[in-house]
Amino acid sequence: MDETAALAEFRAETRAWLEANCPEEMRQPVRSDSDICWGGRRFVFSSPAQKLWLERMATRGWTVPEWPRAYGGGGLSKEEARVLAQEMRRIRARPPLSSFGIWMLGPALLRYGSEAQKAEHLPKIARGEIRWCQGYSEPGAGSDLASLRTSAVLEGDHFIVNGQKVWTSYADRADWIFCLVRTEPDAPKHLGISFLLFDMESPGVSTAPIRLISGSSPFCQTFFDNVRVPRANLVGERGRGWEIAKYLLTHEREMIGGMDSGAAEGRDGLAQVAKRALGLGEDGRLPDSMLRTDVIRQEIDSWAFALTMERVKDEAKAGQGVGALSSMLKYYGTELNKRRMELMMSLQGTEGLLWEGEDREGDLARAWLRSRANSIEGGTSEVQLNIIAKTMLRLPAA
Amino acid sequence: MALVLTDDERMIRDSAEGFFAEHAPVAELRRLRDSRDPHGFDRALWARMAEMGFAGVAIPEAHGGAGLGMVAAGLIQEAIGRNLSLTPFLSTSILSATLLAKGGTAEQKAALLPRIAAAEIVVALAADEAPRHAPAHIGTRAHASGNGFRLTGTKPFVLDGHVADRLIVAARTSGADSEPAGITLFLVDPKAEGVRVERRSLVDSRNAARVTLEGVQVDGADVLGAVGEGFALLEAALDAGRACLAAEMLGVADRSFALTTEYLRTREQFGRPIGSFQALQHRAAHLFCELELAKSVTLKALRALDEGDSRSAIFASLAKAKVGEVARLATNEAVQMHGGIGMTDDADIGFYMKRARAAAETFGDSAFHGDRIACLMRY
Repeated sequence: MDETAALAEFRAETRAWLEANCPEEMRQPVRSDSDICWGGRRFVFSSPAQKLWLERMATRGWTVPEWPRAYGGGGLSKEEARVLAQEMRRIRARPPLSSFGIWMLGPALLRYGSEAQKAEHLPKIARGEIRWCQGYSEPGAGSDLASLRTSAVLEGDHFIVNGQKVWTSYADRADWIFCLVRTEPDAPKHLGISFLLFDMESPGVSTAPIRLISGSSPFCQTFFDNVRVPRANLVGERGRGWEIAKYLLTHEREMIGGMDSGAAEGRDGLAQVAKRALGLGEDGRLPDSMLRTDVIRQEIDSWAFALTMERVKDEAKAGQGVGALSSMLKYYGTELNKRRMELMMSLQGTEGLLWEGEDREGDLARAWLRSRANSIEGGTSEVQLNIIAKTMLRLPAA
Repeated sequence: MALVLTDDERMIRDSAEGFFAEHAPVAELRRLRDSRDPHGFDRALWARMAEMGFAGVAIPEAHGGAGLGMVAAGLIQEAIGRNLSLTPFLSTSILSATLLAKGGTAEQKAALLPRIAAAEIVVALAADEAPRHAPAHIGTRAHASGNGFRLTGTKPFVLDGHVADRLIVAARTSGADSEPAGITLFLVDPKAEGVRVERRSLVDSRNAARVTLEGVQVDGADVLGAVGEGFALLEAALDAGRACLAAEMLGVADRSFALTTEYLRTREQFGRPIGSFQALQHRAAHLFCELELAKSVTLKALRALDEGDSRSAIFASLAKAKVGEVARLATNEAVQMHGGIGMTDDADIGFYMKRARAAAETFGDSAFHGDRIACLMRY
């Protein structure tokens, strides 16, 4: 399709700016968590280039291209943001900043936050100054999230928060938390929840990392013991936090589901990995026919899924979208990613089993193990299927 | 171009859906089957398809068509799938029209394309010879003879063969059995001496015939495209047909899914709607997701053909492979979820399963197209 002249000009300017400003080191593939810039008060940049790249992009508002300029964003239209993403992909530029503030809290605050809350928090997210964590799940509230019991009792101008969260990603490294709490203990479970923001350095907050099967500890248990939270940190109305929680979850699901979307372009395809691992037979085909079939099936589904992400975005842009597809994208994308990791392990054979050693040995096995969480976090695959059955198919309640 | 229907395309989709729902619903398929209709389709419907501009949808305007391209053709074929309508649209308006438009001489185009657009004739493609699709596997021989050729061979599965006014026959002028080089396409009059056409009865009530050629004489003017170079032309037409079959299977799957979710909402057992059981909900929800993927690959394949995308063959195979799987899953699940009713001839749902199976087999199943994708991507 022909781009409008304005968009073409934007593309040319963007390309030139990225060429001039994206450090060479930031054009290398992200290979592990230390290559990701999470930002925050205590963040230690892995290189001067990482810091420079964040500063340059944040100055233009391009860490959050579509947010309003008043809140530290780039003020770009959807089309412009897409061009920016394409141009970044073209030079394989790393994202300058990754954070739950960008993916989850930001969109929720833009929709439900007060003017003061937006002015206070959004620019700090955009500049990577404050790192956020998500206080959702509890030991007794996993798939049944709305049964959460962490309490917040209003005393004067403060809520007093008590309880425990679990699976709080990077709580031990986060500066602030967005947290679901029960403020109306007598209301029906979905109507007694509020959405609170507070500083993790508040007295009474403590965290304990959880060691996972991958050997890493990205998740924590988080404890609240009489934590005092200013009343002004309540987002939206008291008792109406579930609506915000659900809105935010749609963004989280799209983010997790999108993990497989790089299959069509940009990322090294599974077929390429298979070719390197197995070589080609005399007939130009991968020599292990059953493994080849599995690779082909995976590539077909990955490609079909990437095209679906594209179509859903294009339909939304054209005002034709049916909406509420985040559960579909989350369910299918994570199941695909798990299948992909299983195949990656098969292709590497015993080399894929290595755990600790030189030159990032163990990365693949850890990534494989990490992928198993995709279909659990942010609502399990089974919960997504429940949501689809109810909201998209209008099937009767169980 | 964005992966979304334009306003014009949405109008075509809606008018096609309205047209086939009114004039060729599933009841019409049942009537034609049960009456053992000799033509296997309704010629009056075919004529109406010309009035609507459907018969010549992909034929250039200069030759009497609508010149709307493959997305429009796919939307029509999707409506055909949704209603299980019996028409010669695939054989004539897609496969043969594409071959003629891309490879025909000025005389061939002028003689045949306007008549296809007017639904005056049916033109059938006689290419495949093996039960499992293998387009280069052509054993039918064309020997030079006089100022033309003599054709000898058998085509066991020619769609709309017994109602065709003209055949397009793929025969070998040189080369070995499965070589792409050496294949030539010919226009053949089915009434010519040495042509035998026998109708074959199919599970999905579609038209197919065995065409036997015994020394059939054609002259040089009957060659379609260049001698020995017919394979590329054939593949281009097959890709159009495959993308349209994907669209048809999408329609089949989508309607069968709609009928099934409706059944899940209304059928009661154990004192409640069976759709309230999670075992069925999860299978239905999974199907919903698969259908979303099927929609995307179908639209992409059709768009790629219209845009002359260099990867259009890959996208056609992607669509045929993926939608074929989805349509078979959707219709098999449909029958299972309908329970005993699903096994009865009185219920329509079985027709969808039969058509999904037949369409999935036609011009390459998922295994064929998966292998083709991998070979095109060099693995």
